[in-house]
Amino acid sequence: MMHEKPVLIREDGLRHDGRRPDELRPIKMEVGVLSNADGSAYVEFGGTKVLAAVYGPREVHPRHLALPDRALLRCRYHMAPFSTMDRKSPAPSRREIELSKVIREALESLIFVDLYPRTSIDIFIEVLQADGGTRTTGLTAASLALADAGIPMRDLAAGVAVGKIDGVLVLDIDEVEDEYGEADMPIGYAPSIDEIVLLQLNGVLSLDEFRQALELAKKGATMIYKMMKETLHNKYLRILSEE
Amino acid sequence: MSLTPTKQPIIPRIKRETIRKLLARGERIDGRRFDEYRPIKAYLNPIPKAEGSALVRLGNTIVMTGVKIEVGTPFPDRPEEGVLQVNAEFVPLASPTFEPGPPDEFAIEAARVVDRNLREPRAVRLEDLVIIPGKKVWIVFNDIYLLDHDGNIIDAGMLSTMLALNTARIPSIVSIEGDNVVVDKRNKDKKLGINLNVVTVSIGIINDYLLVDPGLEEELVLDGKITIGFDEKGRITGIQRTGMHGIPSNMIDNIISLASRKAAELHSYLREVLNNPTTYSKTLAEIMKSEG
Amino acid sequence: MKILVANRQIVRPGDVIAIIEDKKAVVEERYFPDKHIYIRGNRVMTDVVGLASINDNDVQVIPLEGKYIPRVDDVVIGMVVSIGITNWILDINSPYPAVLNANEVIENFNPITMNLRDYLDIGDYVIAKITAFDRTRDPVLTVKGRGLGKITEGTVIEVKASRIPRIIGKKGSMLNLLTQKTGCSIIVGQNGLIWLRCSDENVLDVLIRAIRRIEARSHVRGLTEEIRMFLDKNLGKTSG
Repeated sequence: MMHEKPVLIREDGLRHDGRRPDELRPIKMEVGVLSNADGSAYVEFGGTKVLAAVYGPREVHPRHLALPDRALLRCRYHMAPFSTMDRKSPAPSRREIELSKVIREALESLIFVDLYPRTSIDIFIEVLQADGGTRTTGLTAASLALADAGIPMRDLAAGVAVGKIDGVLVLDIDEVEDEYGEADMPIGYAPSIDEIVLLQLNGVLSLDEFRQALELAKKGATMIYKMMKETLHNKYLRILSEE
Repeated sequence: MSLTPTKQPIIPRIKRETIRKLLARGERIDGRRFDEYRPIKAYLNPIPKAEGSALVRLGNTIVMTGVKIEVGTPFPDRPEEGVLQVNAEFVPLASPTFEPGPPDEFAIEAARVVDRNLREPRAVRLEDLVIIPGKKVWIVFNDIYLLDHDGNIIDAGMLSTMLALNTARIPSIVSIEGDNVVVDKRNKDKKLGINLNVVTVSIGIINDYLLVDPGLEEELVLDGKITIGFDEKGRITGIQRTGMHGIPSNMIDNIISLASRKAAELHSYLREVLNNPTTYSKTLAEIMKSEG
Repeated sequence: MKILVANRQIVRPGDVIAIIEDKKAVVEERYFPDKHIYIRGNRVMTDVVGLASINDNDVQVIPLEGKYIPRVDDVVIGMVVSIGITNWILDINSPYPAVLNANEVIENFNPITMNLRDYLDIGDYVIAKITAFDRTRDPVLTVKGRGLGKITEGTVIEVKASRIPRIIGKKGSMLNLLTQKTGCSIIVGQNGLIWLRCSDENVLDVLIRAIRRIEARSHVRGLTEEIRMFLDKNLGKTSG
């Protein structure tokens, strides 16, 4: 489908959906949403809707994959066939395989994997509707699901993408901004330990732009991180209020 | 090749005995009557980007169905009809026993049972889906996505499929030049034509007992199961017997009568949902919040 | 050390719960998995969702979620999932399957003349104690001891293993309450499986609901009193 490039930054300086450049989309989060999984989370950034489930630590199947000194992480980022504008084949694409890897590596550095030798911790991310920023929403949901499963970890990772559109650096780009913008830079950030656990750049930025983009992304991720902490807390507050 | 299932979870012996002991007293392990469905909750349009969608919660089983409608070529033997393709994914987040990978025989069977129950009574008006006869038609992709597995996937999958198809809208055609059809998916105007609605009723069999809508714990101790589709006129639209034990033939009549009665109840629920779309339309965030 | 949280406050991974003021104690990173805290620089941080537990000037975290990890001397309830020539393998609701050797169950065991299946079969529940475990090898069980052995009657329910300490209570207070009020026999497996035997189906039903309530509300203060009232209210009619 061919469309003309829409105006990404309007005359009033706002974006096509009315957001300021440093404004996140409406974000919603919930943990403990599935009954079978050991931990689960639902996260939505605007039109991007993602479900994550964690199973483990559990026995490794097949057993020869087990590592003697640490847990094996298995991570699958997957898009539902109906999540995209044109139906996506449910068979994993090269893109999904790569994103599964970068999300797994983001989580490897946070989980205390030495604690559970010979086990696996399985992280399944399903994108139910895609509207830009699916890997960062997925990382956010996976972090919450891991915490909900009680997996010991140094910190939670909040994901967000910064883009360059019509020459302006903007926070949390959606699909239109990703498609017609000049650059897309997703990050995963663990604010408490101040570590970047996911960083990719698709597009071209000057050194100066990169530095600004990273600051903007860290600022956005820190806001998301606060919501993640509240979401984990709220699960128990809700039980407290049920008499 | 189909193999005897080797990865089925083991049911504790005292639980198996408890289930059977309760049945003898006329009770089920979750307190239901033998002919009672678990609570059903249906939601329309949780995925606005899809051409149609629905989410059904049957007890703790959660199934989402998304419909995508795209331009494609018709089957050579049916040049004047669109195409309905039903697919089911049992994704690994739904159960500790599911593994990543292409659909296994259970997922393929579920998709084909749903497909036959739609196809044979001509539930979807495929003849309305022709764009250029013999060359271009609408292809309706119906993807059943299992999110949480607590038994009786087929009835939940059938219900969410029927609701999703009823909400589906066909993208608008911008231009046709020769065989080249340009569509705009952001504009969906016409509703997908539905001739009639179909539901399935699954009944588990243990000894002489018939259990409507078996849950996962029950499924693991069943002798067998039978799934029967009914359209809104009360006709049988499809049957699938599953499980590793035969069913005494003198029970079949009782099973059909029971299923027919339960199908009428499901049809009235289906109508209730479809007649009140605003009541039953919820965003995914709202659904997840209420279930959490 | 300056503690930044209140006792029983809900904490999450990455929360800073204390600051180390003694400069000599500052480390790059040191992990205390049993306390669910790690020290990074001068900050004491948490690794799970849990409740802060403060004792004098020491702080640790009691997790609210998480799988059961075996510990020596724990009583657990396991289910036989496979049978070898000289041992059974039990699922103890943990990432590590447990081994029960034949000579634990059968005196003068002879693998040539005896079939383990005649003693414990697939799907049988066993109450056992862990005698050895160190994460590099699977846990080993014994059934020699009072109250241990195959389960032949009653009901087994499963709760989150992380909620077991609350179901037992301080010095067994909650478990005593449940046992005294209902008159049922209760054996709590540290792995989250609980065996129950009651003389009356209605009492069993109330007991299960009470346990589910403790499981769901384990972070609530004054839970023992709440459960006492729940039992009095619901048992009143059935046990007089």
